[in-house]
Amino acid sequence: MQRIINDPDLVVNEMVEGFLTAHSDVVVPTDNPRVVKYKHAPIAGKVGIVTGGGSGHKPAFVGYVGKNLVDAVAVGEVFSSPTAKAFYDAIRAADSGKGVAVLYGNYAGDVMNVKMAAEEAAEDGITVRTVLANDDVPSAAKDQLSKRRGVAGEVLMWKAGGAKAALGGSLEEVVAAAQKAIDHTRSVGIGLTPCTIPAVGKPNFQIEPGKMEVGIGHHGEPGIRVEDLQPADRMAEMCLEIVLPDLPFGKGDEVVVLVSGLGATPVMEQYIFYRRIEQVLRDKGISVHRPYVGNYFTSLEMMGITLTVMKLDDELKQLVDLECYSMGLRQAAE
Amino acid sequence: MSESFSNTDGRVIVDRLIAVIRENKVYLSEIDGKIGDGDHGINMDKGFQLCASRLEEGMSMSEALRVLGRTLLLEIGGSMGPLYGQFFKAMAAASKEAERVDAAVVQSMLEAGYAAIRELGEAKPGDKTLVDTLAPAAAALAAAVNRGAFLTEALDAMVESAEAGWKSTEDLVAKVGRSSRLGERSRGVLDAGATSCYLMLKAMAENMKELAA
Repeated sequence: MQRIINDPDLVVNEMVEGFLTAHSDVVVPTDNPRVVKYKHAPIAGKVGIVTGGGSGHKPAFVGYVGKNLVDAVAVGEVFSSPTAKAFYDAIRAADSGKGVAVLYGNYAGDVMNVKMAAEEAAEDGITVRTVLANDDVPSAAKDQLSKRRGVAGEVLMWKAGGAKAALGGSLEEVVAAAQKAIDHTRSVGIGLTPCTIPAVGKPNFQIEPGKMEVGIGHHGEPGIRVEDLQPADRMAEMCLEIVLPDLPFGKGDEVVVLVSGLGATPVMEQYIFYRRIEQVLRDKGISVHRPYVGNYFTSLEMMGITLTVMKLDDELKQLVDLECYSMGLRQAAE
Repeated sequence: MSESFSNTDGRVIVDRLIAVIRENKVYLSEIDGKIGDGDHGINMDKGFQLCASRLEEGMSMSEALRVLGRTLLLEIGGSMGPLYGQFFKAMAAASKEAERVDAAVVQSMLEAGYAAIRELGEAKPGDKTLVDTLAPAAAALAAAVNRGAFLTEALDAMVESAEAGWKSTEDLVAKVGRSSRLGERSRGVLDAGATSCYLMLKAMAENMKELAA
């Protein structure tokens, strides 16, 4: 393993320690070493925003803790759901008495742990509502939306939900905005190499040189097909062919496009990919209101790329455009 | 008199579960790696070792099972933390009033454990999960108790059905959990959760038989 680690069993602890000291302008530790919160949380009068998930997806999830975004995050082992206790402690850290929205991805472990955490919090008198991200198109058929997993679209869900809360929205309004954001969002990924969990020490799947896996998941879940490696333009077109008809997106739509590397992808190549995405969308009469290109939601050291597209309406546009400040997402006031 | 053992002497059952997970740490991760992310053995072992550090002298079987359940539930995360956490907590609760553990007590423990898992997850028999081991094991145990079998015979019936259920997962297509996204590609591989469930039920049965002898 060509990796920059110490003890493979301590990678998450040591990552959190480093993150907390590097970004002490935004985040602070809590009594639970697996819960990181915004330095001003809980914010009086504001609905709390919580998320969480397995580690290895930097900047997700801790990278989205910050101003007008997420208030507290539960941190799990690499690719493994945080504990119910971590979600519970994150909910408590975020609650100002206005209720807490837990906005997270559709994975069996996370669903179970959030469910138990929400029950515990309810016993303390905290009102908890949840929104499950399910933006990954290849992970299930369109008539099985509830089986789809959450991927990079979660970033846009946090952006919308966090902004709605910051603008004074009630818990109902925050949850509705986050739900709308994810309902308007579709994603797909392409993987070119596998990734290795440090404590496992070897990749748990293979992608042959010269091949690519279309529809790959954020933990290396196999995609819908394996085929010969294509030029960047063709990859971009294939991603759009999967994403656009599913919502569907069409002529006249205004969208947010989020292109993310999967961990080992040169940012240069992400822009080559985005270039073609924007060209095709323009040809189809779809305008990009705001693009994000970079490493927003990764999968350890996987080489690959994800495309996320969100269809905007007036409310989502306002929420996406609101200023914010975190390690992973920084937008100045317009 | 029916076969039984003292709950007070039963902490060794949890010690044995901890040892079985340690012995199979690599094996469980290898199975998981074929259709999952390859950390099942690692996460299980981490939880069971944490539990080992919290067990105290003189604990009964029920008390030790409760420590195991709480440790997995609160500190392991993933899917297996809550599932096995609730499983062992329910087994502890179902047996804590019993001074002697006989076939009927074990039956109520396994039924309570299975009920806790059904409450939490959506898996049904045939979905390629630990339920494929647990459901037939619980059914065989109940059938044996109903026909008047004593502990040894009832446990043997349980293990036999657990093994058949575990092996059946090789030819199943995953319906829930992360490997369900693989569809047909999940066929031909044993399920990691069904495997750990079988190994633990088998170890528990062997230990109970020794205690009752």
